[in-house]
Amino acid sequence: MGERLTTSTLLVTDGGVIHPDCFSHQFTSAKSRRSETWRTRLADRLTASTTLQGEGKELTKEEKQRLRKEKKQHKKNKKDDRGPPEKEKEKEKASVPAPSKPATQSPAHKAAPVPVNASASESPVAAEKPAKSKAELRAERRARQDSERASKQGKKEGGQQSTSSKPKATPNELQPVVKRLPDHVQVDDPVALKKLAKKLERQQVPLRSDYGYKVSLFSHLHQYSRKNPPTQQISIPVTVIHPSIVRLGLQYSQGIIAGSNARSVALLHAFKQVIQDYSTPPNEELSRDLVNKLSPYISFLSQCRPLSASMGNAIKYIKKEISNIPSQCKEEEAKRILQECIDSYINEKIILASEAISKYAIEKISDGDVILVYGCSSLVNHILCEAFEKQRKFRVIVVDSRPRLEGREALRRLVKKGIRCTYVLISALSYILPEVSKVFLGAHALLANGYVMSRVGTSQIALVAKAYNVPVLVCCETYKFCERVQTDSFVSNELDDPDDLIVTRNGKTHLENWQTVKSLGLLNLVYDVTPPDFVDLVITDLGMIPCTSVPVVLRVKNVDQ
Amino acid sequence: MNESIILFIPLCSQIREDPDVASAVAAIRSLLEFLKRDQSETILGLRENQTKAIQRLEETDSSVAVSSGGELFLRFISLTSLEHPDLSQCKNVMIERGELFLKKISLSRGKVGKLCHTFIKDGAKILTHSSSRVVLKVLENAAADNKRFTVYVTESQPDSAGKLMAQKLHNLNIPVTVVLDAAVGYIMEKVDLVIVGAEGVVESGGVINKIGTYQMAVCSKAHNKPFYVVAESFKFVRLYPLNQQDVPDRFKYKADILKTVKDLNQEHPMIDYTPPSLITLLFTDLGVLTPSAVSDELIKLYL
Repeated sequence: MGERLTTSTLLVTDGGVIHPDCFSHQFTSAKSRRSETWRTRLADRLTASTTLQGEGKELTKEEKQRLRKEKKQHKKNKKDDRGPPEKEKEKEKASVPAPSKPATQSPAHKAAPVPVNASASESPVAAEKPAKSKAELRAERRARQDSERASKQGKKEGGQQSTSSKPKATPNELQPVVKRLPDHVQVDDPVALKKLAKKLERQQVPLRSDYGYKVSLFSHLHQYSRKNPPTQQISIPVTVIHPSIVRLGLQYSQGIIAGSNARSVALLHAFKQVIQDYSTPPNEELSRDLVNKLSPYISFLSQCRPLSASMGNAIKYIKKEISNIPSQCKEEEAKRILQECIDSYINEKIILASEAISKYAIEKISDGDVILVYGCSSLVNHILCEAFEKQRKFRVIVVDSRPRLEGREALRRLVKKGIRCTYVLISALSYILPEVSKVFLGAHALLANGYVMSRVGTSQIALVAKAYNVPVLVCCETYKFCERVQTDSFVSNELDDPDDLIVTRNGKTHLENWQTVKSLGLLNLVYDVTPPDFVDLVITDLGMIPCTSVPVVLRVKNVDQ
Repeated sequence: MNESIILFIPLCSQIREDPDVASAVAAIRSLLEFLKRDQSETILGLRENQTKAIQRLEETDSSVAVSSGGELFLRFISLTSLEHPDLSQCKNVMIERGELFLKKISLSRGKVGKLCHTFIKDGAKILTHSSSRVVLKVLENAAADNKRFTVYVTESQPDSAGKLMAQKLHNLNIPVTVVLDAAVGYIMEKVDLVIVGAEGVVESGGVINKIGTYQMAVCSKAHNKPFYVVAESFKFVRLYPLNQQDVPDRFKYKADILKTVKDLNQEHPMIDYTPPSLITLLFTDLGVLTPSAVSDELIKLYL
């Protein structure tokens, strides 16, 4: 009798990192995979946290070897200029066994992924170069790498706490292909910080400094203060960053625009303005130059506030559309096309999607229902208003939490419509839940393993609702689905301004001088992650799906594109 | 109406001739006959008549399978290029696809039987609920494979369908015992696995089946016994119930009761919904699926 995997485990396969429930989906697409490369793919996945970059799969053996030699040369030259960062070391080491590989070796070894250290010690059966110089070089390199590795291990001890970067540390030497963790979860790694600083300097985007003492479990995330927006560091007139982007960045960092849909729509509108004001420099192509122009804007916006999954997908879409503009297209025409693309994206993915979702959701609301909502989700509010207009008889319980108190906005909107509402704080949840017949939650993003990322407190509500056997429905548009996989709320999150937690009651502000108390840390988390077992139904514009079918939707979407 | 007469006659005759045929299959056969005799001038007219016919059939036999089978049939025959200028050509294409669909689903029960019987080990004690032709086929295949096993069948009131199942199993020389519906918890510690049929498989991966199935699933979960469901693929339906209340009334009660009785609160529902968390595996002609893979298959079938 086989073992039943619990939901906290993940299956790491050569097809990707997947949740056990989604395992059978992989089988249906398994025909597209080639079995020879599964071992190498598995090795990649174990060290990867982001998507695999496949290089040169189709090259012939000769071409591959030539490429390896070139790479080795190139790296050697680069190495003399700078001190050796880890990734170059891997490329070096990887290319060491490469030229020693005889032409007769198995076709399973491709250009990009490279097998274990053991192959470096294999004696070559047939060599193209004279064996003596190769052995010499190898011995030299190995000595150098051993010393590097020793110093690197020492550095790594204090470093990363996020689980996804732990496999990066040790088997990193195997990988010539760089697996990049996003910058915003590597704050405690000085190397990554230096790289980020250099990149921002190059793009002339101000670097925002962290504020206050960070709780050690979250020290890999940024923590900014609202009193120091990055816009203060920009000189006027701004040359590199478009003014509408500066304004958008300020609105994000001050929390004036909040909420996944609002942020994405604002972003797209700002980009429309950017495209409108853009003019192609001479000797440049719009499709390439515009994408390069957008990069500093995106860096700036992520300094103001880390990008959400929906914004990431929107940016990917725009970049794709821009690079698909044919080169013979005139500038005016291209701009018009892009404006139309953005408009249709907003219309289809956000506005029409919410109409479709309301249609499905209203089927699930019956007369006499008591519906619980949490915080302020534009989509859930829209659904409830539509249902009320369609003469459904229900009442709503709005649950709210500090410090954002977003529930008050939701309450205001619903009461204005005429819906009967009750307002409680999240601490009263288990008291109020026996009355509730359904829970409607919004989502910030839906991850590839079926986990729901949403405002902090959502997973608590889902947990208690499950304990009381109340169905939990999550409403989410498909453009918020992302390829990332996460099982906990620590790896990738957002830390808000800790000063928000300070409150004045009866004239006394107890936490005013929290920075002076050495052992005190204030933690203001923004997101948390809900496992799919607590969610009964996800309503998307494609229909009603169980939480474990998110990878299916992602696959269908990729096929469409 | 003329249409209803045309429909009723083949349906009733088929069910009488061959009680082994699933009601959904008989319904689809009569839909095909109806299509052949349809006099409409346009494709839209054909589709409308088919939809009306399906509604009529649902009024006669309110099981989920008829509804899902009808819808899948309609989708399958129209999921082809109907760009021919001549209507009779289009109609022939549709009829051809209809025949193909019918042939496929007539074979589905055999496929399910072949898949599932390997899960029955020698010396197994099996618990099943009410009377299901698919489960019967599975047990038949297992017996033909020279496996020794005993079967416990619940009585399944109010129509005592379990006793019918026991009779059929007895004819196959399989040792069978009839137990009370209330004795499921009592018998659960003795059995090794539970196999039930399904009237409908819903989007979440749960099943709709004769009343009493949900109880059996909860008991088997509590005793850690595997709970297997066997169903043909035409039973996949685009419903997503959240709980027992959420199953539409038109499936819960028999068709004639829906028409005659005013206050449904006094009636006993004939079906219940078993959520996917209680089901171990589903055996279908599309393969052996986990409950979460059902949604994948449904997306493929319907989208």
